[in-house]
Amino acid sequence: MAIIGGVIEPEIIRPALRMRVRLLRRTRLLARDPMSVAGLFLILLFVTVAILAPLLAPPPDPAQPYEMPHDGFWPEPRPPNAAHPFGTTEGQYDIYYGVVWGTRTALKMGLIVTGLVVLIGGVVGAVSAYIGGWLDEFVQRVVEVFIAFPALLAFLAMAIVISPRVDDKLLAIIIALVAFGWTGYARLIRADVLAVKARDYVLAARALGVPGWQILVRHVLPNAVYSVLAVACLDIGGYAVAYSGLSFLGLGAGRGYADWGQLLNLAHNWVSDLARFWYIVLFPGGSLVLFTLGWNLVGDAFRDALDPRLRGQ
Amino acid sequence: MTTYIVRRLFALPVTLFGLTVLIFALLGTLSPVERATAYVRTDPKTPDEMQRIVEKYGLDQPFYIQYGRWLNELAHGNLGFSKSAAQPVASALLAYFPASLELTVWSLLPVFVGGIWLGSKAATHHNRLFDRAARVLSVTAFSFPGFVFAMVALLIFYAALQWFPPGRLSDWANTAVLSSDFHRYTGMNTVDAIFNLRPDIFADALRHLVLPALTLSYGGWALLMRLMRSSMLEALRQDYTTTARAKGLRERYVINKHAMPNALIPIVTVSALLFAGLLSGGGIVETVFDYRGMGWWAVDAALHLDVVSVLGITLLNGAVLVLVNLAVDVAYAFLDPRIRFN
Repeated sequence: MAIIGGVIEPEIIRPALRMRVRLLRRTRLLARDPMSVAGLFLILLFVTVAILAPLLAPPPDPAQPYEMPHDGFWPEPRPPNAAHPFGTTEGQYDIYYGVVWGTRTALKMGLIVTGLVVLIGGVVGAVSAYIGGWLDEFVQRVVEVFIAFPALLAFLAMAIVISPRVDDKLLAIIIALVAFGWTGYARLIRADVLAVKARDYVLAARALGVPGWQILVRHVLPNAVYSVLAVACLDIGGYAVAYSGLSFLGLGAGRGYADWGQLLNLAHNWVSDLARFWYIVLFPGGSLVLFTLGWNLVGDAFRDALDPRLRGQ
Repeated sequence: MTTYIVRRLFALPVTLFGLTVLIFALLGTLSPVERATAYVRTDPKTPDEMQRIVEKYGLDQPFYIQYGRWLNELAHGNLGFSKSAAQPVASALLAYFPASLELTVWSLLPVFVGGIWLGSKAATHHNRLFDRAARVLSVTAFSFPGFVFAMVALLIFYAALQWFPPGRLSDWANTAVLSSDFHRYTGMNTVDAIFNLRPDIFADALRHLVLPALTLSYGGWALLMRLMRSSMLEALRQDYTTTARAKGLRERYVINKHAMPNALIPIVTVSALLFAGLLSGGGIVETVFDYRGMGWWAVDAALHLDVVSVLGITLLNGAVLVLVNLAVDVAYAFLDPRIRFN
């Protein structure tokens, strides 16, 4: 226990406890906001659908559940009926099946890509800020170069450069998204670490002889968690959309793969006949919008709870 | 401030250098033969011929030698030959860039007016109905992926109402634009139509711009609105606002003359970045609306695995982004006295 000048400095010994108190307060704040509750509800809904996918839409071939089954090859979409509750696309892919299993694809892409960019950006940002000096300067220059790439074009370029060299097309897109996605977190966490590094309790911990990595992990990083969480929520929705966008353009996992962008791609040719083909846009498009909305609402509430200027108003 | 600007100016070549190295590294993932096919107009058939080309242009030499040569070619405006556009990348860029620029400019106009006005109104009505409605609207706008919005827009305004067709021009206007009495000054249809005194073509071009511009801009519009809101809230809490109120100035005067100019400073930064973002981010929108600009071409090239074109477009847009970033930093220093005097 650290006693400085006879006074127990709570800030020095108990950052972890303080964290927990703050977490509770903020969680309560989140629960009070109806928009974030709606967001959480949407996220839970999609997670449930993703988990129950094999029950909701049993795959004809359990070894390849992401292959959308198609009922014949008739080129024109067919409206909802008993066999296909959401109707079928061109080529007779079942929209209901695609929407259900597409939920898994969206969650998978959002979580994997966000997890990887947080991890890579976090390590780069934290180490660069904590060590500082020329390393920090160098990393900052590298980050600047990556940020100089326009996002969509960088994804396109990476995707087509990688995809011939990787068998799994999904993996190629993950690599492309991660390669240009980590820089934001590197900057975010760097700024947080720099701010916290100068605080008294870090200095005290260092004076007590706590090793550098332990200070970083136990005292510095927990304080950066919230800002990361807020951005990460927005990013999970964002990367799911980014993947759907690429898939919509025809650069996704390949024809017949269950994802919402693919379904919308199959709808593109029929857009000029609204009255007859509304269902091919409504179901996958609506899922994508609600999915993103859920994560955005929660991320937004996190950010508001974080911003001291907005708190308590 | 001079040292600040000089420092930023020194960072510029470093970033541009990094940008070209990274682009070239991506290009370097192609095998020498693949790169050779990317640089010749007609494919020589035999592997022997390809090998001769690889040797002639040194495509199997070390990275730094090839990079130096590539940079030299770049400086002379040679970005390779685009298979998807069937012309050199540089000339295709010249042809497609104005279309995207035109779309970007028309997208930004409503963003500024709508975003700034709504944002400041939300701030002055903080936590009241207008503010809440604006917040819901902006979150919804953020959550609406561009291509879903684009398809819904096409369904309603093209399929059902027949108001706004896809493409860049109607057939008759396209013929008129391509004829010899129509002078192309900028490549931007609306601007050229004004210079040629053709209000009918101007109206037609504008009619084709409405939907893509709307789709491209609503995200930026929501972003700017939020930013303006929080920036205005901050400005309204400052001491100088209290002082202005204490002097007995009318509320409208306080907002427009004292709070607004300060609240607009961060908006300048974001608008410039937004411009660069919209210019390079049109791929999906341009594809859905068949609006043939840089973004449409980038997607088309990507679908044909035309790496050279995609990287050429990326390089141009990356350079624009770097320059815009620099301009923003410099403008910021001029606008914000706290930066100017530090």
